[in-house]
Amino acid sequence: MLDDFMTRATLAGVGVAFAAAPLGCFVVWRRMAYFGDATAHAAILGIALSLALQISVFAGAMVVALIMALMVTHLAGRGYAMDTLLGVLAHSALAFGLVAVSFLSGVRIDLMAYLFGDILAVSRLDLMVIWGGAALVVGLILWRWSALLTSTLNEELAYASGLNPKREQLILTISLAITVAVAIKVVGVLLIAAMLIIPAAAARGLARTPEAMAGIAAAIGAISAVAGLQGAYVFDTPAGPSIVCVAAILFACLNLLGWRSRSGV
Amino acid sequence: MSLISVENLQVRYGANTVLRNVSLAIEPGEIVTIVGPNGSGKTSLLRAIIGAATPAAGQIALRPGLKIGYVPQKLHIDPTLPITVERFMQLTDRVPRATCQAALETAGVPGLLKRQMSQLSGGQFQRVLLARALINHPDVLLLDEATQGLDQPGSAAFYQQIETVRRDTGCAVLMISHELHVVMSASDRVICLNGHVCCEGAPEVVASAPEYRALFGTGTGGALALYRHDHDHTHGDECGHDHAHADAHSKEHEAAE
Repeated sequence: MLDDFMTRATLAGVGVAFAAAPLGCFVVWRRMAYFGDATAHAAILGIALSLALQISVFAGAMVVALIMALMVTHLAGRGYAMDTLLGVLAHSALAFGLVAVSFLSGVRIDLMAYLFGDILAVSRLDLMVIWGGAALVVGLILWRWSALLTSTLNEELAYASGLNPKREQLILTISLAITVAVAIKVVGVLLIAAMLIIPAAAARGLARTPEAMAGIAAAIGAISAVAGLQGAYVFDTPAGPSIVCVAAILFACLNLLGWRSRSGV
Repeated sequence: MSLISVENLQVRYGANTVLRNVSLAIEPGEIVTIVGPNGSGKTSLLRAIIGAATPAAGQIALRPGLKIGYVPQKLHIDPTLPITVERFMQLTDRVPRATCQAALETAGVPGLLKRQMSQLSGGQFQRVLLARALINHPDVLLLDEATQGLDQPGSAAFYQQIETVRRDTGCAVLMISHELHVVMSASDRVICLNGHVCCEGAPEVVASAPEYRALFGTGTGGALALYRHDHDHTHGDECGHDHAHADAHSKEHEAAE
């Protein structure tokens, strides 16, 4: 069954969608959208380094993404506004990454594959790494769910309940780095933030509880992955962007439906 | 022993010392109100007690196994986060629905379980925060300007609710108000804070202040009253600080009057 590249691609897309959905909800609730972008952009630098050092691209991307995320968390609130800081770091990391890649004369790499994903080339090993990473992220978030939610709502409330909001923030940061690393093959560094945010945002109107929103986001993400891949196959379009297009269309339709039912048309 | 005992607490943010030499103790069942102008370190004191701010010096001792119910100053729920009152009540402890219902009744807002938090009025929202703090039967309630954003009748009703809660559950209450002139008549003790403890003691209820009655109306059931204390006091040598109280915050009183 896994011999078919479409099957492998679909499984990879669904795996990433499952990890991205609950994490994406926190990214939306905590207004960390740009933070996700910065982390993802830093991954291209990680890819260049891992190709130069001939280590696993997953590992390299994850380590640099994690360093980036920790750096942003550490620098936050020290002189620059968060969006300025992220703007500086995200684009610098992307630029340095692209420059670093150009130094790699020995290896011929397809930059487009890293920027926009190469889901149709997912191997069995890739699939194992993607599902392993996704399971780790989902496990971390399920384990800390209540603590993460409390810290997101109010830091003092978390402290008074005996939690440490800084530790919960660290768990989100690590989950983000893992998700970025496993999503590179599927949607590429430029579109990872879309997989985090669009399904979560689309689920908002349908949910009454945080858990429902995460569940619906996972469903929307999985539908986007499956439908996007089918679309890419039928219309011969790039796979990663096609997945994001389906998610965006679902977001628009759900919002229109919600708007219609609210205004009683 | 005391529920909470604070000794010679010092809290700093960078080079800025917001609290120094603060000592106080909270005994079971008493209602203590902290008053003080903006920037006097009231919130920092509460943050230190719950462990959100690390003391630069001094000690905070909580009675072993002390259960704290915390009502934050303001709680902003991002519009992208859907959450029902019931789910919010179960945030840290997965308590059964009946317990949520009972806590909401104690806080004076029964029947809100299925509502979205974002649909509540300001008064309902604060009472749901109170109900959540009450849910695991705390030994002490900490309230950080819990009536911010409520109008006078609204905050008077809220303070009355606190009194009722104390009477029914026997929990101690430590709360902050930056409204110098509005302190619950039911406070057993008032602590005036301005970087340090200026003075503390039983509140003097001034029932015969007609201008206050006129200002707050008669519908407040006596929950609003003047706490008059002497700002022209002189500190003994043991206080180890010197500053002009008479200048610094009698202005605040004039503004209030």
